[in-house]
Amino acid sequence: MLIEKLSNASGVSGNEKEIRQTIKDEVTPLVDEVTTDSMGNLFATKKGGDNSLKVMLSAHIDEVGLFVDQVEGSGFVRFKKIGGIDDRVLLSKKVLIGENKTPGVIGLKPVHLGGGSAVIGSDDLFIDVGASAKDDKLAKVGDTAVFATKFEQSGDILRGKAFDDRAGCAVLIELLKGSYPFTIVGVFTVQEELGLRGATIAAYNIHPDFAFALEGTTAGDTPMKRDVSPSTNLCGGPAITVMDRSFISDKRLVKLLEDTAKKENIPYQFKRTITGGTDSGAIHLSRGGVPSVTISVPVRYIHSPVGLMNINDLNNAILLMSKALQRIPEIEEMS
Amino acid sequence: MNHALKREAMALEIKELLKELTDAPGISGYEMDAGQVAMKHLKEYSDEVEIDKLGSVIALKRGEQTNEKRYKILLAAHLDEIGLMVIKIEDGGFIRITSVGGIDVTILPGQSVTILGKEMIKGVVGAKPPHLQEPGESGKLIAMDDLYIDTGRTKEELADIVNVGTLVRIESEFIELNGGCVSARAMDDRAGIAVMVETLRRLKERRHDWDVYAIATAQEEVGGIGARTTAFTLQPDIAIAIDVTFGDGPGIPERRAYPLGKGPAIGLGPNFHPKITQRFRDLAGEYEMPNQLDASPYPGGTDAYSLQVSRAGIPAGLISIPLRNMHSTVETLKLDDVKRCAELLSIFIARLDSKFQEELKCL
Repeated sequence: MLIEKLSNASGVSGNEKEIRQTIKDEVTPLVDEVTTDSMGNLFATKKGGDNSLKVMLSAHIDEVGLFVDQVEGSGFVRFKKIGGIDDRVLLSKKVLIGENKTPGVIGLKPVHLGGGSAVIGSDDLFIDVGASAKDDKLAKVGDTAVFATKFEQSGDILRGKAFDDRAGCAVLIELLKGSYPFTIVGVFTVQEELGLRGATIAAYNIHPDFAFALEGTTAGDTPMKRDVSPSTNLCGGPAITVMDRSFISDKRLVKLLEDTAKKENIPYQFKRTITGGTDSGAIHLSRGGVPSVTISVPVRYIHSPVGLMNINDLNNAILLMSKALQRIPEIEEMS
Repeated sequence: MNHALKREAMALEIKELLKELTDAPGISGYEMDAGQVAMKHLKEYSDEVEIDKLGSVIALKRGEQTNEKRYKILLAAHLDEIGLMVIKIEDGGFIRITSVGGIDVTILPGQSVTILGKEMIKGVVGAKPPHLQEPGESGKLIAMDDLYIDTGRTKEELADIVNVGTLVRIESEFIELNGGCVSARAMDDRAGIAVMVETLRRLKERRHDWDVYAIATAQEEVGGIGARTTAFTLQPDIAIAIDVTFGDGPGIPERRAYPLGKGPAIGLGPNFHPKITQRFRDLAGEYEMPNQLDASPYPGGTDAYSLQVSRAGIPAGLISIPLRNMHSTVETLKLDDVKRCAELLSIFIARLDSKFQEELKCL
């Protein structure tokens, strides 16, 4: 299963080699051209139509994780976080470090000795790889580590790590199987979690007419202390972003998605929080500006060791996007 | 087979044994699955095996004594593990939980779990992403009352499968780290059971006079229940608990830490008969085996607590395996320590005689 392969692959921001190769293998047979740039963005171009219209579809391949910044003489590994990870999800979790995928566990003080009485900041946490001395083969400064979570499926329910944004990657790969009356540039971007850095240079490079960022976003339909409208609902269909911390969506593209969903009878929802940024934040500011929109698969517990998503949301995101893309020329004519 | 190869083969066996033992669920009071695995392995090296009324597994390996009075030694390693229990199923299918045994609540957010209902259902303990948190929220402890399990199913879909009272196992696959270390949930105290199995195995090759009762005890984590009832029934002459103790690591005070790889930690203090403690120390010295002293002024924390005061009193001892991250999903130990505990125990048992039994009377 595609999403399984994508979720299980490693690719912490700045070290996306493995996931890039996984995706490259998937998209190469589907498109006309596959290229990369200096930061590691992967471009999959599919030419279509006899016009100059170019649409950028982006999904980021990087995931949140850990960055080794010290290995102690005793063999314990200290780390910094990459991306927004709550310190409270780290205790007692398993990780895989570096290219050798050295298994390690994030240790803790037993509750019998006073553990569990305060939140431990990540600077005071450590990874135990079983070593009794420093060993570069096991872990070295600069290595990145991912949560050692294996993808699992129970019926429609999917559990795994890095659905933000491997869900978007899965949508994009599926979209590249279709044919469109214009040129599609699928970009698998790097370093989104560090400030949309990959998308910044990719958008400049492509200079698209329109852009869609494909995401895995927060599903907030879980128990909350305050009665707030959930960010998105699981099983509520793909979520269209009107605005987030990084940008305001192009209203024609929002309307295109909404109209298409209604016309095709595809469930959809609007994202109800404006927190978080997506690649659209960088893309819409590229050169003289690019009309952009973000569309997301709702995922519970993103940025934690294990997220939860529903396969119907994923499939509906693919369906909605593939139908909407066919209608892009209509917008072009309108403007 | 040369010695190095033989050692490697044995390490592999103990590793496989530990994996099988820790894979099986056995939350306090519901130890059946783990009990079956323990039974299978204990059976291989003993003469009789049974499961008692409270779920403890009792294996007997007869000694070669011919006297009228048969001396007995009881070994106890607990079968049960800590876990969670369903207390409420909310609208939306979110499952509220409480702890069975001493759970550290701070390890739970973002943890995978299996609900042991009419069918096994996988779920996760919800962890609110930073994007949806209030300012300052990430610095606050999350209480058990605020945690919940999410299976992705609705309340209606869960209705016939999960009830209030259904137990929940915290998931964590057995993994091998480097340096001969392995990590899993429930090492506390399935590692102790592995020590017992390995001890019996070694006693096949070592003559021993006393009868050996190896017991995988039920309900240790909720008050040493299985040890209490089995000791009453069997009335042994000596009882040794096999458990885990605090391993070393960042943040662990040195005087409370028993480094991994430094051998068995031998219990010393009011809970243990001084002659048993001394005998363990002497034998370890004689066989040049690394060992450490686990000194505690307070009785408690292991099955030795109830063994010592069973009926008119049983001379008790404790052998512990150093273990990092106790009561977590990544309980980590060194295979060498497990082997050494078994070696020390098998030597101890092989040397038991009536003279030693006399010495225990504190005359």
